[in-house]
Amino acid sequence: MTLCRVVGTVVSTVKHPTYKGLKLYVVQPVDSDDRPTDPSFLAVDTVQSGPGDLVLVLSEGNGARQILREKVLPIRSLVVGIVDAVDARIPAGVPEGAIARGDA
Amino acid sequence: MYLGKVVGTVVASQKAPGLQGVRLLVVQPLNTDLTPRGSVLVAVDAVQAGPGDVVHLVSSREAALALPDSFVPVDAAIVGIVDSVDVEARP
Repeated sequence: MTLCRVVGTVVSTVKHPTYKGLKLYVVQPVDSDDRPTDPSFLAVDTVQSGPGDLVLVLSEGNGARQILREKVLPIRSLVVGIVDAVDARIPAGVPEGAIARGDA
Repeated sequence: MYLGKVVGTVVASQKAPGLQGVRLLVVQPLNTDLTPRGSVLVAVDAVQAGPGDVVHLVSSREAALALPDSFVPVDAAIVGIVDSVDVEARP
């Protein structure tokens, strides 16, 4: 999963039926110090999060299908948690992103 | 899942069986500030989008699930026509 900030909303009335009634957010991946990391992308909310929230985003279809309990579901990214706190002590000397890449 | 702009259509009579009767549109992927990002791609259209429309897409396996017959060889699908994108400027 990815740590993201909800930074915007996408409104579309003409859409695939499975998107009906779901909020589509623009989410910005951030690191544990809230600094933007990768480009922002879109995710469907499932936990009543709102713009400005620090959230957990899942980007994998199988998980999405389980959460939304829908077999035929063209949705990959879901907001699955609203983060209260992040306490991440990255050991000194570990290159940026090494842990995420599984190198450290 | 990402934003894109429909910039054209593709006609291919010789194609994999799963793609028969499926609309193929040329899409320019966009950043969430609507600036172009990367090169164009071809996506199947599940919502009758037209040239010039800003749309949102889903990729990989989930793209195939946007079509009535979901055992089709597609990796990008248009699943919504965007009315508005409002992104707050980050402080």
